[in-house]
Amino acid sequence: MSLPLDSADLAAIWLTLKLASLTTVVLLLIGTPLAWWLAHTRSRLKGPIGALVALPLVLPPTVLGLYLLVALGPNGPIGALTEQLGLGTLAFSFGGLVIGSVCYSMPFVVQPIQNAFEAIGKRPLEVAATLGASPLDRFFTVALPLARPGIITASVLGFAHTLGEFGVVLMIGGNIPERTRVVSVQIFNHVEAMDYASAHWLAGGVLVCSFVILLLLNRRGRLTVMPGARR
Amino acid sequence: MRLPLLVATACCISISHPALAGEVQVAVAANFTAPMQDIAKAFEQDTGHRVIAAFGSTGQLYAQISHGAPFEVFLAADDTTPARAESDGLAVSGSRFTYATGALALWSADAGLISDGAQLLRSGNFEHLAIANPKTAPYGLAATQVMQQLGLTQALAPKLVEGQSIGQTYQFVASGNAEVGFVALSQVSRDGEITSGSAWQVPAALYQPIRQDAVLLNTGADNHAAAALLDYLKGEQAAAVISRYGYGH
Repeated sequence: MSLPLDSADLAAIWLTLKLASLTTVVLLLIGTPLAWWLAHTRSRLKGPIGALVALPLVLPPTVLGLYLLVALGPNGPIGALTEQLGLGTLAFSFGGLVIGSVCYSMPFVVQPIQNAFEAIGKRPLEVAATLGASPLDRFFTVALPLARPGIITASVLGFAHTLGEFGVVLMIGGNIPERTRVVSVQIFNHVEAMDYASAHWLAGGVLVCSFVILLLLNRRGRLTVMPGARR
Repeated sequence: MRLPLLVATACCISISHPALAGEVQVAVAANFTAPMQDIAKAFEQDTGHRVIAAFGSTGQLYAQISHGAPFEVFLAADDTTPARAESDGLAVSGSRFTYATGALALWSADAGLISDGAQLLRSGNFEHLAIANPKTAPYGLAATQVMQQLGLTQALAPKLVEGQSIGQTYQFVASGNAEVGFVALSQVSRDGEITSGSAWQVPAALYQPIRQDAVLLNTGADNHAAAALLDYLKGEQAAAVISRYGYGH
């Protein structure tokens, strides 16, 4: 028996993996400095920014999707900017989905890294400073390696959470094959068209995949002792 | 403790509506959202029955109905889905009738964009053309027929974006993310006037007539409020609302 997934399904899987990977990379690049700042700042903005980062945990994806749709449109702030830059508007494009996913998965990446940075404490960094390490040096050779487990957790959660994204994509994606039709949307399409066999294959795949990812993460979590957590 | 209050309330209701006020759950195709809200309000005032309406694409609603959703009346955006409900044994046979005939419009939120719709489609002078999912939304299917009739299926394919229902399609165009889209005329016109933006009423020859049928589902077979609503839809008051929104009969 051949695999009962047609080319549209495979395209959706490929697109989903691409979206989740790219989103994770972008989130690590943005999220790591942000987490560092949140872990060390005494600014009054810490509270509001932290809350803003955590918002997607509680907001319905439809709220996020609606505001993104408005913001990305030609009359919205982001849309106006991208049109000025000659990029056109980003709704219904892969780029738009990446922006949406970055917002949507932000807390899953920032929070574990922030926790890891906070757990390191000041001590190792102060010791490094007395040994003559520059701030940048301290960040890259002391803080980052010590925060590694947190960063790995963040990457895995960011990736897995983006795999499961649905509401935001549905609102801003437009169901375009190979551009915005991700697996979750394709499952929805199959169910809507009452093609339950195809829906089951894809849905089962997502289920198993997510389970395995979390299982591996758990294993790792038990094996790795969080450095600095001993304080 | 609350029982006496409930009894008192129930008495009040039955006194004010001697014909035993009931409740009817209706699944309504998204294109009929606005007229249904008007009709439901008038129906509730005239009969005292309560209408609980859910809106979605016809395919979406049918999938829910076939899985035991508690709807009692189904107002579809086509005639094949209600017929299917009947042949699948989900609906009361003989209860089907056409409550409205839909019209398709090419619409843009930009008031200056559409003068000749067919010309605009041929020129391809836009980034995105929004349609409803043709697999589940009859207005989406009609849109694909129009593109086929104009010989533009291939040319327009890269520009298509799909809404899950005609409601979402409208939203894509209204927010400006898609410059143009095929929507239901009822969404953009009132009393024969386009309410905002610019539109082209697609000639009826370009697509199969959108006969929108209503059907009484088995769950509502013994509900007199459901029967009353279907009667009401055939009546003059409903007809006035329906034609105000640009539907035919």
